[in-house]
Amino acid sequence: MNIVVCVKQIPDPAAPQSLDASHNLNRSGKLILDEADTYGVEMALQLVDKAGAGEVTVVSMGSAADVAGLRNALAMGAAKAVIVSDDALRGTDALGTAKVLAAVIRRESPDLVLAATESSDGYTGTTPVQIAELLGLPSITFAKSVAIDGTTVKVERQTESGYDEVTAPLPALVTVTAGVVEPRYASFKGIMAAKSKPLEVLSVADLSLAEETGPAGARQVITDVVVAESRTAGEKYVDEGDGAQRIVGFLELIKVL
Amino acid sequence: MALSNIWIVAEPSNGSFTTTSLELLTQGRSFGATVSAITWGANAALASVAGEYGATTLYDVGDLGGALPGAPVASALAALVASVGAPDAILIPTSYDGRDIAGRLSARLDRPVLTNVTGLNDDGGLATEHPIFGGSQTVKARFTGEGPGIFVIRAKSFAAEASGGAAASVVAAPSGDVGATGGAIIAATHVEERVGPKLEEAAVVVSGGRGLGEAEKYALIEETAKLLNGAAGASRAIVDAGWVPYSHQVGQTGKTVKPTVYIACGISGATQHMVGMKGSKNIVAINKDPDAPIFQIADFGIVGDVNKVLPALIAALKARA
Repeated sequence: MNIVVCVKQIPDPAAPQSLDASHNLNRSGKLILDEADTYGVEMALQLVDKAGAGEVTVVSMGSAADVAGLRNALAMGAAKAVIVSDDALRGTDALGTAKVLAAVIRRESPDLVLAATESSDGYTGTTPVQIAELLGLPSITFAKSVAIDGTTVKVERQTESGYDEVTAPLPALVTVTAGVVEPRYASFKGIMAAKSKPLEVLSVADLSLAEETGPAGARQVITDVVVAESRTAGEKYVDEGDGAQRIVGFLELIKVL
Repeated sequence: MALSNIWIVAEPSNGSFTTTSLELLTQGRSFGATVSAITWGANAALASVAGEYGATTLYDVGDLGGALPGAPVASALAALVASVGAPDAILIPTSYDGRDIAGRLSARLDRPVLTNVTGLNDDGGLATEHPIFGGSQTVKARFTGEGPGIFVIRAKSFAAEASGGAAASVVAAPSGDVGATGGAIIAATHVEERVGPKLEEAAVVVSGGRGLGEAEKYALIEETAKLLNGAAGASRAIVDAGWVPYSHQVGQTGKTVKPTVYIACGISGATQHMVGMKGSKNIVAINKDPDAPIFQIADFGIVGDVNKVLPALIAALKARA
């Protein structure tokens, strides 16, 4: 069972976010492994463990100036990492990203591809399914549990009103929600081992995709970024045993009561 | 270029279409363009609803035979583009299946997809608005490539209003070639029972977060919601922690709500959450931390322990009943 997990290194969500002059997300600071991706890495490690053979490969696109996030995935237990890093990729949209990642995944020909439902910084939520379409794979999104039964993947998929049991033949792509498994913390041994694990950095030329990526490939222009009409803070009281009565008073004022 | 032709992916739900689908049909109609809907498992009832909301044609992908809609609907759309020509825009609801359809269609047609759209204007083309950073800023964008533009639109971005049109004529969509991509099949469906009004439609929403301390305390949220004839919601943190089912989640990856009043209990106000509730008419927040971001958007805030304030609120509401 060989599994590829798509991961993304993102600016720390706890730090203030901003756009640069060309309206791209400012990624100049420290990058971390998107927490949403740790669930896919953990899920992959558990599935390979259960299968008794195979390995986990993490694939990514973005700046390779800081690869601490990828090392983190390796420290958790992934066998190797591949990142496509190229200045020509700045401003690439979801479809362009999917083309790049699909080209890398094709080289690995895994049994299963895992990804988060969406990244925590861009949250378009379409890249994994675009990858599946480019690779000709079936896909199951929003998995809250994943199991392998022979050559079939069985997933509990979230729905508006509950969940569906969905199956697909392998190879397939599955996106997992946060909470599908509890990600492990990298052990000291894992962190030490990660330093010598393979981490391959590829350029666009290695994949021969140049004409389809970058801002030209995005075919979308940002015309303006404006401050949204904002809500302002209203009254605020410290509860001194009267908090509930004050809320009742407010609900009466707005005629809910 | 004026908009002349718009397609809407209309998701069937309980004999009608989902509310977001109806919102998109209404908005498509407002551009004065010819509106066509694309659905699956069409029947006379769906044709009538589609017509009522302004569609003249209802393309039917047919019975999906238990397959997840993403692959078969995207391939049918691509085949339709090939046979009748590309519309100016294809509008798709932000939903589990909507995002699957949009992603696959984008890759099939080699067209970009613009997601998280909350505003759509015709100024000789389609200009879009997308909230970022928890809704504190709005990005305005324009699709510049060769059509069709694919837009995935968030719930409650527009009002849904029937126009009283005649039933749409049902036309079978050409079946595309799905190959291996159509292999995801639904084996069983589980519906979680919930009582009271639906989260997306309730006039009062009471939501709980990590500040409750433990899963059992979510009963306080449910009881308060019930006493106010409202619905119980949740932050992503406690859904991920497994305290409540995903169907309760409000936020970027959950439901968008716009009730008369939203009562956030023990929710700090991550941008992820705010994007799903900041359109509420009134916001009440109860939180121990006086600096919690939720207070920046709350009309009425109580700095205190939800486990003290909520029992007192429940007692006060019961005393009025």
